Parts: sequence; C-alpha cells; structure tokens
Amino acid sequence: MSLDAKIPQGPLAEKWSKHKFNLKLVNPSNKRKYDIIVVGTGLAGASAAASLAELGYNVKSFCFQDSPRRAHSIAAQGGINAAKNYQNDGDSVYRLFYDTIKGGDYRAREGNVYRLAEVSVNIIDQCVAQGVPFAREYGGLLDNRSFGGSQVSRTFYARGQTGQQLLLGAYSALNRQIHLGKVKMYTRTEMLDVVVVDGHAKGIVTRNLKTGEIETHAGHAVLLATGGYGNVFYLSTNAIGSNVTAAWRAHKRGAYFANPCYTQIHPTCIPVTGDHQSKLTLMSESLRNDGRVWAPKTVETAQKLQKKEIAASDVKEEDRDYFLERKYPSFGNLVPRDVASRNAKEMSDEGKGVGTTGLAVYLDFAEAIQRLGEDTVRAKYGNLFDMYLQITDENPYKQPMRIYPAVHYTMGGLWVDYNLSTNLPGLYAMGECNFSDHGANRLGASALMQGLSDGYFVIPYTLGDYLATIGPKKVDTSHPAFEQTKQDVIAYNNKLLSLKGNKTVVEYHRELGHIMWEYCGMARTEEGLTKAKALIKELKADFWKNAIVTGENEEVNAALERAGRVADFIELGELMVTDALTRRESCGGHFRLESQTEEGEALRDDENFAFVSAWEFTGENEEEVLHKEELIFENVKLTQRSYK
Amino acid sequence: MSGHMNLTLKVWRQKNTQTPGKFVTYKAENISPDMSFLEMLDVVNESLTRKNEEPIYFDHDCREGICGSCSLYINGHPHGPKKAITTCQLHMRTFSDGETITIEPWRSAAFPIVKDLATDRSAFDRIQQAGGYVSINTGGVPDANVIPIPKVIADEAFNSATCIGCGACVAACKNASAMLFTSAKITQLGLLPQGQPERYSRVQAMVAQMDQEGFGNCTNTGACEAECPKEITLNNIAFMNNDFFSAKLFREEHAHDHTGGE
Amino acid sequence: MSEFKQTFNSSLGKKLIMALTGLFLCTFLIVHLGGNLLLFKNDQGFAFNSYANFLTHFPPIEVIAYLLYLAIIVHAVYALVLTIKNRRARPVGYAVQPKSDASWSSKNMGLLGSILLLFIVIHMSDFWFTYKYNNVLGFKEYRTDLATNQTSVSDYTPPVADFERSISTENNVEIVRVKDLHARIQTSFSQLWYVIFYVIAMGAVSFHLLHGFQSAFRTLGWVHKKYTPIVYFFGTWLFAVIIPIGFALMPIIYYIKSL
Repeated sequence: MSLDAKIPQGPLAEKWSKHKFNLKLVNPSNKRKYDIIVVGTGLAGASAAASLAELGYNVKSFCFQDSPRRAHSIAAQGGINAAKNYQNDGDSVYRLFYDTIKGGDYRAREGNVYRLAEVSVNIIDQCVAQGVPFAREYGGLLDNRSFGGSQVSRTFYARGQTGQQLLLGAYSALNRQIHLGKVKMYTRTEMLDVVVVDGHAKGIVTRNLKTGEIETHAGHAVLLATGGYGNVFYLSTNAIGSNVTAAWRAHKRGAYFANPCYTQIHPTCIPVTGDHQSKLTLMSESLRNDGRVWAPKTVETAQKLQKKEIAASDVKEEDRDYFLERKYPSFGNLVPRDVASRNAKEMSDEGKGVGTTGLAVYLDFAEAIQRLGEDTVRAKYGNLFDMYLQITDENPYKQPMRIYPAVHYTMGGLWVDYNLSTNLPGLYAMGECNFSDHGANRLGASALMQGLSDGYFVIPYTLGDYLATIGPKKVDTSHPAFEQTKQDVIAYNNKLLSLKGNKTVVEYHRELGHIMWEYCGMARTEEGLTKAKALIKELKADFWKNAIVTGENEEVNAALERAGRVADFIELGELMVTDALTRRESCGGHFRLESQTEEGEALRDDENFAFVSAWEFTGENEEEVLHKEELIFENVKLTQRSYK
Repeated sequence: MSGHMNLTLKVWRQKNTQTPGKFVTYKAENISPDMSFLEMLDVVNESLTRKNEEPIYFDHDCREGICGSCSLYINGHPHGPKKAITTCQLHMRTFSDGETITIEPWRSAAFPIVKDLATDRSAFDRIQQAGGYVSINTGGVPDANVIPIPKVIADEAFNSATCIGCGACVAACKNASAMLFTSAKITQLGLLPQGQPERYSRVQAMVAQMDQEGFGNCTNTGACEAECPKEITLNNIAFMNNDFFSAKLFREEHAHDHTGGE
Repeated sequence: MSEFKQTFNSSLGKKLIMALTGLFLCTFLIVHLGGNLLLFKNDQGFAFNSYANFLTHFPPIEVIAYLLYLAIIVHAVYALVLTIKNRRARPVGYAVQPKSDASWSSKNMGLLGSILLLFIVIHMSDFWFTYKYNNVLGFKEYRTDLATNQTSVSDYTPPVADFERSISTENNVEIVRVKDLHARIQTSFSQLWYVIFYVIAMGAVSFHLLHGFQSAFRTLGWVHKKYTPIVYFFGTWLFAVIIPIGFALMPIIYYIKSL
C-alpha cells in the first residue's frame, strides 16, 4: 500500500482553504443517516463528538472512565498556544507554524503544521464562547504568557489548570449533544477491537467494564481519540488508565503505526521514591528560570547524600557540579527539555544522583531566594513549592528540590493523512493518538492546541468527504465480520483470564517500563536497543506463561483490564525499539548516542531520515514492515539546533 | 523520614450493586511513608493478586488530583483527613505505624456502588447534561477579545470552574446533597457574560435534574466546603439559590427543553 | 398556580419556605423579648398583665399571632419532610462517624428544633392556652391615682363568668382589671425543674439560631462580601446570645425571687 498523505497542492497558506472547498459535503438532511463512532472523550474526542453531532450526525461516544470528563487531557497544566498576536509582539500564523516545525526537529509535515497554526486562533474563540475562564488582564482582555521554544507570548492559560478548563468546555459541548439525543454516551466501556468490513472500518467491539459484556457497535466511520502511549514506560506523567489498546488493536487490524519511537521526556518531575511508585508528577518547566541544577562532584558525596548522612546544604560550593551551566554556558539551566533531561540521567548513571534511589539531581533555589527574597520566590512558584512539599515532605525553601525526568508525551501514533484518516478507510485518529503534527518533539502548550484543532476544526470537514463517498446506506452489526471480531476478542480475553501464574501483571508492566526507560528512553544505542528487543520478546513469552489474571469476565475486573493493556504495551514496546533501531539518526525526542554533534547535541540525518516511519503489522510475532512517507520541506530551511 | 509502617485496613467489599457488602480486614505491611494512599492500596492488591484473591476495586486515574476519579471515605473524611487534596495526593506519612484505617465508599442513594469502593457517579453527568453549558455550536463565534470580562469576575468564575466532579461534597454532606457540585457550574456560567442568555433557564433545568437524582437537601452545614479538594465555597450554593428563586418567582422564562425541536 | 406548586415542591423551594418561616419567627422573638422585659418591672405585674391583655385583644396582633402559629407548624412540618428526604438520600450510613468540619449546631438542627417544638408546646399550653381558654387564672385590679401616679393592686373577682377585662376611670383613678398571668408566671418559675427546662430550651434557641439565622440568608441567596459579616454578627450576638440570655434570665430571676 502506498502512503499518500494527501497534502493539498498550492501555496502553504492556501492549502487548507483550498482543501476545504474541494472536500465533498454531506447534504444536511442526509447527515442524520450516518452513525459515527468516537472513542475517547479527551480534548480531541469530546470536541469531535460534539461538533459532529452539532452538524447532525448520530454519534456514539465511548470512554473507559466513569465519566467523559475524566479523560487525561484534564491534567494538562501550562496552556494552549494560538497565533492571536494579542500582545503585539510579532506573532503570526507563520511564526507559530515555523516554531512548531523547528521544535519538532523537522520531522513533521509542513501542511499539517500550518493548518494547526491557522486554526489555533479559532480554538481560543470557541473556548471563550463556551465560558472557559481563561486568565485575564485587569482591562478584561485575555492574558498570555510565554512558553519554551518561542520568543513571543502566545500561550493562553487558566492558572495551572488549562487542560482541565478546556476539557470541561469540550465536555459541556458534548453534554449538550447528549441531552439533545445526538450523542449516545457509553462510559466505563473499553474499545477492544475494530471491525473491518471489505477493507473499511465499520465498527468496534467493546467490553462493558461494569458487566463484562462484549458488545459490537456499527458506524459509517470510527474515530479514535484515545491518547498517547507514554505508559509503555510504566512510570510517566500519564494517568494510570492511559493506554494504547484501542490504537494498538486498530494497528493489528491494518492501521499503520507511525514514528513510535518519538517520546518526549520532561526534565522537571518529582523523582521516584521506590518500587511502589505508580506515576510521576510534573512540575512546570518555569522552575528552571530561577533554579540552578546541580549534582555532587563526586560519587562519594552522592552516596552520603543518598544515605542521608549529609543534607544537600552541607555540600560545599566547590563540591557541587552545576553541570548544565558548565556544559552550556549560554543557555545554562534553560536548555531545551531533551537536553536537560539527558544530562540529569547521565549524572545519575555516573553514580552522582541524589535522593534515596540515586535517581535525581538537585534544582536549587538558594541563590534565587538570596537574590530575590523568599517572598518573591513564593509569589512566583508558591503553588509548585507547595505541591513538592506535599508529595515529598521536604521544604524546597530550605533544601533544594530533587528532580528527575519523566515520560510526558508521545509524538508517535497511528499514521494519518491530511484528513486525519488512517490507511484503513473509515478509521480516523485524532489528538495524541495520531502522529501528525509534532514531528520528533512537541513544543510546550501545543498538545491542547492539536487535540482541539483536530476535533473542532479538522475532522468535521474531512470526515464529510469520506461519508459522502461511501453514501448513507445503513450499517449494522449483522455482517459476519462483527460476530467474528467479537469472538476474537472473547477468545483473547479468555486467554488472558486463563493466566494463573506467579507474577502480577503490574510486575510485568514495571519490568517493561525498566527496559524501555533504560534502552529506549532519553539516550538510545544500537547495542542497547538490540538488547531491549530480545528482553521484550522474552518478557512477552514469560507474560503469556506466568502472569496472574484474577477474576472472571462477567464482572468489574480491573485485573483483566490491566492485563489486556499491558499485553499491548509489551507489543508496542517491541515496535518502538524496532523503530528506534531503524532510525539511525538523532532528532527531537529520539537521541541516538551514535548520532550527535561534537557538542553532544542531536545530529539529524536529513538526507536519509527525513521521512515518517509507518509500520505495518503483518502477524503475531512477525517483524513489522516499514513504509516510508517522505517529508517534503518547501517553505522552511532545515537547520541544526545549538544551545551552547 | 520515618521507617516503614504496618497498618490494619478495614475495607468495604461489595461484589456489585445488587449484592450486599461487608467490611473485610487486611494487613498493609511494610508501607513506606512516601507512598500515596492509592499506592498503599496497590501494594495490598498486589499481595492479594499473588494469593489469587480478588483485588480491592477503587476508581482512580490521573493520580495527581485533577481527574476526580478517586474517592474513598477514609476514617470519616472524604479524601482523608488532609485539606484541599484528593485521595491520590494523600501520603502515608499522614498516618502512624499500627494505625487502623477504615475505608468506605461514598454513601449516597444517588451514587450506587459499582464494586467495593467505586460508585456510579453518572448522576453528576446527567446534572451537567441538563444545562451545564452555553448552547453554541462549533464555529461562528466572535473573536475571543470581543467580550471583555473583569479580572475579578473571571477569577471567581475560575474558582467555581475548578470542580473536579469527584463527589466529595455529597459524601461529606450529612444529607448527601449535591448542591455544591451543581451550584459550582451554575455560578461559573452565571458570572460570565457568555452564560447570561441561558442563565435562568439553566438554573431551573439543573436543579430539576439534581432533585430527580435523589440527592438530599442543603442545610448549609459547610461540610462540603470543608472537604472539597478544590475548595469550592458555600457561596456558590447561595448564588444558585438566588438565581433559582429569581427565575422561579420573578422571571417568565422556563427551563427550556433543550431537546425540543431543531 | 402549578408553577408555584412546582417551585415550592423543589428542593430549593422547600428550603425557601424553611428560611422565610424561620426568619419570620426570628422577628417575633425580638418582639416577644421586648414585651417580656416588662416582667423585670417591679410593679407587681401591672405592665406585663396589661401587655398580655393587649396582645390577646388587639385584632391585628391576633392575625399576626395566627400567622405565627402557622409559621411554626409549617417550619416544623417542612423540617420533617426535608429530614425524611435527606435520610433517604443516604440509606446506608458510614461506619466511621463523619469528621468533616461543620459546626455542631448546623449538624443538629433537627434535634435542636425538636427541643424547641416541645418547649413551644409546653410553653403555649402553660401560658397562652391557660390564658385564653382556661378559667383558672385569677384577676387583678390595678388602681392608679392619675394625680400621684401611684398604683395599688388587689385581687379581683369578676362578677360574671365570661369577664375578660375592663378599664375605667373614677375620680381621677384609673382602674384596670385584667387576668393575672403574672401570678401564673411566678408560680411556674418557682419550680426548679421548670426553670431548668426553660434554660435548656433557651440554649437550644441559641444554637438553633446561631446556625439558622445566617443559614436562612444563605438559602435566600443573600450572600455578599460586605453584608454577610453583618448577618453573622446579628445571628451570633443578637439571636444566639442576647435574646436567649434575655429569655433565660426571666425564669432564673423569678426563681431566685421565689426562694
């Protein structure tokens, strides 16, 4: 199958308008004859379900949580970018486009990114109209802040809870359509498979998480908005329930998985305290504006700190290594996320990490407190300091914070064309679930923008084109493919339930996480990845032999849910490693130690790797097949990043 | 930091909505004070799983206090004894070695138990569906800066909007009333200019749905406010009352039936 | 009409009724205390008995009195209805007593209200009912020399059974003949158990209003940064302190006097 991204021809700025005109429309009176399935109720899913229902389609919306409002978009803190140029500081659609392409280390499509920048302004209007309480200036107009990776203030925010407010906005729009009867909402329902009829996605198989019932649902199109796969690392800033299952099962039914190795690691998270740790908590990157990152110069000092024989404040100035300031004199503590993260890991790997686990470095505010006074520091970072104190029981005003990088976002996902359609006709992917707009690295405050852009302003147009093509002929679950897929799911679940070994699913998940973090995390090598691949294969075999899955299908069964998700993560993990092995260059969140500049920066290989890797599933335990979509840059010049 | 601790847990176990439940006592051993409360339960569940016993079921997801999934009525407090946090943000250092901790689900007729400690809070969704929105379609809205909103109003609306829908207010209220939850959305939209066109129909629709769900009545004890992890204030309820009486007694508009005609 | 029915059947409507009747009863307390302060006047009950007579014979006050009785009944009935509904909202209780921060009075309005209802029944049957419908009270005759403003008092036996009262002036002496409620009060308040019951009831008034007064304002939706502190001030000092203490002092002082 050839990969046609379907990027419209013509000048960058006109592509989307032209494309919108060229898309076929569905007659208003015909819209109600179409049934659309939307899986996931985060920013992308909720906004898409609501917008499509508003147009007149019948929508079935699914989420595994007990309420659509709990999707993990809710946890986004920082803000949402939009090229409004309200600040008169020279922002424009083109600048947002340029920053995003560059931030993504030139591994995203120009056409998609430009469209994203273009509709960013509509998103803010839409959300404000819904009653989203964005931060405002005293004059009553919207406030902006600046964010990493750009030189303009274009980030709209609602205190540290922007994701929550935007999601509740989309949730309210969804609620309105539920009330109107245009959306039928299925909560505590997990999608476990896609039903493919004659090469088109025509429905899904779900498990009712309350009763265990395996059900089939038919629709003219299936839209996945099921989020990212950061939990493949076990520990991440994702919610515990965040999983790849919907996307992965779709992949196994034929949808290509693109750029799985692109993962973003955030440098300022609260470190792990022990094996019991179930998730990581992010602290805003803004902390690095005033905090100084350091580790002890010697392993001996580090060990004393780990054993709590001495406190951080006991370490003399000359025994401290402000490694970011030392290595990157001009950017210092403000180097980009990936650089800061990688260096912290290096320090820990060298045995110079601090905290009981030795997996942390210090972020020290002593100097800032001396320079600005404790009150000023409190005013700027009070809530973050409180959060840190709450979690660690350590007072960051007295002792430096301990920080460590954590997996935060996954740029890869299901391959989609310009219309957000996967290569499997009728199957669409939106938000973090697709791979499309962030390239190899996502800029801060862009995830919310992309989710809402896909849901509010892209899919309502592009889906119509497909629907008009296939026509409004009724679809139902009578086709044998539905029953067949359902039986497949039942058989798979029964296989999971038959596992009565000696190791819990969580243990497997944790082990997978260790492998991924160690070999497919911040720094990757040919050797490490090769080893990881073997380890994952072993883990997979062991899982299907020795895992324990308690309970039965016909009840609420968290063990079964988790087992299915972990099984999929194991398979995805292997593909991520394969992808990372194949991509013998460094770019954005993918850092191959073999491919770095003399200064230790990511070194791209544009000649050989300016493509999207789209992987095709060919069968259980078979190697996946790589398809390449060449990336064509007509408007930007590819340059090398440097932060010295 | 103190050493590891051993605790006794009295946990409500209930197979499903229909089957009666009971308390079961578990030992939680070798618990690190750095664990969150849910991580402590994870440890217990892991050991139950290894014994091929059914793990304790509870709702949880983001584990950073924002999704509103986690609940748990811990030793007489929704979300445990500490202020302004959810159960997932509660750390074991709050407890002492040897302590007995009683863990119960939210108790409310409107929140039937799904299993063990998890309840069905879809009543909250239905209240929101009745009118917790501004009826606008995607597209065709004015520029965001066309509507100036005084900062104090925007901030106050934000304070109401931070509700995470966890249900702690219902759990804490001696009457199992959902008025704090309902009023938070009514206040948020009632304060903002965008919410004005439907202000008086919204309050009627949402209150009617709230009544239908079988929640109790507010007696202004303030327990909800004290336990709310997002510190939503009792003043929201007063705002709702005011709008409701104003709508019912002095205005002509009804709760418009959103389903009526296109 | 059904619109209003619907309104008052809603949860908020029932609360509104509680609040309005409650506040109405609060205003009555002020009037009642004001009148009863006459008990502290050392005039052998002349002012008090005249006042009691005025209250029971002035038609507009009669109307208000019936509104008052209605308010008490409605307040109590709605409290009962709401309590039943609230109980139903939590069919299975908690094993551990709720420890959420909330004032004791706010959590025990039903108990306090029940004490008050019991009190009102006893209080009314002892004084109001006795006064109005029982012919057990004696009469007093107060003779005031309008020149010197001196008052003398003596028992009076009415010539006819249905005698109510009389006011006349003879030779510049005003003669007032009224039922002697004051004597009844003296007798009642000389019993210790009765005094204790009254004091407890006034404690209940205090706690009931400590929460109830401000709660009524909240229910009505009258919460304002500037005015709410004033409501709290009155709710606390006037309704939970001054008024209950004022009422409680009456039996205490009469008891001490009787010793």
